[in-house]
Amino acid sequence: MTAARWLAVLPFLGILVGTAFVNQVEPLVFGLPFVLAWIVGWVVGGAVLIAIAYALDPANAETAAGRDGEGR
Amino acid sequence: MNSALLIIALSVIMALALGLAARRGVRMTLEQWTVAGRAFGGPLVFLLSAGEIYTTFTFLGGSGYAYGRGAPAYYILAYGSLAYILSYWLLPPIWRYAKQERLVSQSHFFAKKYDSPGLGVLVAVVGVVALVPYLVLQFKGLGIIVSVASYGSVSSTAAIWIGAATVAVYVMISGMHGVAWNAAVKDILILAVVVFLGAYLPLHYYGGFADMFHAIDAAKPGFLTFKPSGESVLWFQSTVALTALGFFMWPHAFSAVFTARQERTFRRNAMILPLYQLILLFVFFCGFAAILKVPGLTGGEIDLSLFKLSIQTFDPWFVGVIGAAGVLTALVPGSIILVSAATLIANDVLRPLMPAVPEDKVTLTARGLVPVIALVAVYFTLQGGQTIVALLLMGYAFVTQLFPAVVCSLMARNPMTKQGVIAGIVVGVAVVAYVTLTHATFVSLLPFLPAKANEVNIGFAALILNVLAAAAVSLATRPAAVSAPSRPG
Repeated sequence: MTAARWLAVLPFLGILVGTAFVNQVEPLVFGLPFVLAWIVGWVVGGAVLIAIAYALDPANAETAAGRDGEGR
Repeated sequence: MNSALLIIALSVIMALALGLAARRGVRMTLEQWTVAGRAFGGPLVFLLSAGEIYTTFTFLGGSGYAYGRGAPAYYILAYGSLAYILSYWLLPPIWRYAKQERLVSQSHFFAKKYDSPGLGVLVAVVGVVALVPYLVLQFKGLGIIVSVASYGSVSSTAAIWIGAATVAVYVMISGMHGVAWNAAVKDILILAVVVFLGAYLPLHYYGGFADMFHAIDAAKPGFLTFKPSGESVLWFQSTVALTALGFFMWPHAFSAVFTARQERTFRRNAMILPLYQLILLFVFFCGFAAILKVPGLTGGEIDLSLFKLSIQTFDPWFVGVIGAAGVLTALVPGSIILVSAATLIANDVLRPLMPAVPEDKVTLTARGLVPVIALVAVYFTLQGGQTIVALLLMGYAFVTQLFPAVVCSLMARNPMTKQGVIAGIVVGVAVVAYVTLTHATFVSLLPFLPAKANEVNIGFAALILNVLAAAAVSLATRPAAVSAPSRPG
């Protein structure tokens, strides 16, 4: 749980601090200017980190077993 | 009437029909009208949250900002992602507290947490003030879409009136139930349209993404990176921080949280919604593709870039499809904003002043306020001139002032007193209002700061003053530690 919270800090550092050091066009990454690709990378990375946090978080396992699940 | 306009008109009629159909079999109490009985499951909460992202703001504003300003538009991609990461921890405790106390509004949340009806009213007023520019930008988007897609035969003014009337009618009749189903239709349509346009336009005009960016970089050096001054990296950092913190502070986003059936919904959405953000890339591609193909749009006109390029590229019927998607991106969020603003005024500003009024009268008042708020927004829309992005950032500058009070209220021991929180919000909002109205710079307010401080987003600068004021007043008004009442949650 605490480890998950630390993971969640990384995208904030990457986007809010890291962007200052990568403010450049070249090299293009997947056809995108480098600074844009950097931000995209953190958006994807952030989702992955949250997925890890979700898997580690015991709160989600408990509700899944205890309830009849989500109505769809 | 050309085929583009016909398709757009049909989509508006369909939106109205869906709104009416959604109402069947539901007795419209206040709780039903505003949070749909707190009974939406994962997929609908997902769509409502996604509806927050895909508004006219992203569709026209995002492409327009990429077209007119370049790199600063990247902030739109960054802030949602960080906001969702925050939401994983922020939303479940808010939802639990709201469910326990049967709250229907953000203002109730503040009033209960801080045991201060006055704070509740203040929060509602801040919410309404912030929502007005958000509603204005939806109407502005409607005006752009309909008038450009009609190839000039419908004036932008007439289009704004038609759009505002449509939103008002269907919100008055169906409330949140109508919004949810239209959100589903809108999302599918906008996804398809944006991905297609963002992939097709660069390929068609430039041969590929890398070729397009090379061409832009050659024609406008420095356009694809943050500027050394003005909309600099510092601007980006403070703007992303401001908008990420404010994301769920909007009254409508806050009460959309209440519509969930269980708290796990938020944790799962926090994984999926950031990826959904990537669609914004395609929005940027549309704007970037327009830079060298429809040059010369300046000021508020930059929001037209996506449509100008579409008209130059496609047959009228397809412009109609794009227009229909665009109209829905304004109608759906416009409806959510209207429901929120009307409920805020009726339930959170007027009701505390007249506590004896029965609930059905409050619901009736909320519905009656819908056309009034729509008219106010139409008035400001017709005054016009600002870009869509500037309008939303103004709203954010106001609404993010509520963030410190929410976070502190969720702590086991709240470090803020109600007096402190009120002082902080008043200071933050006053700074934003002063700078917005007088066009003063931040450094002119605090002359000891270096000129570089002007690049800090004014909303973020105000947020810092907000926290300082709240901390100072809280220290002064803090009761003796032993007698401090401890509140759960």
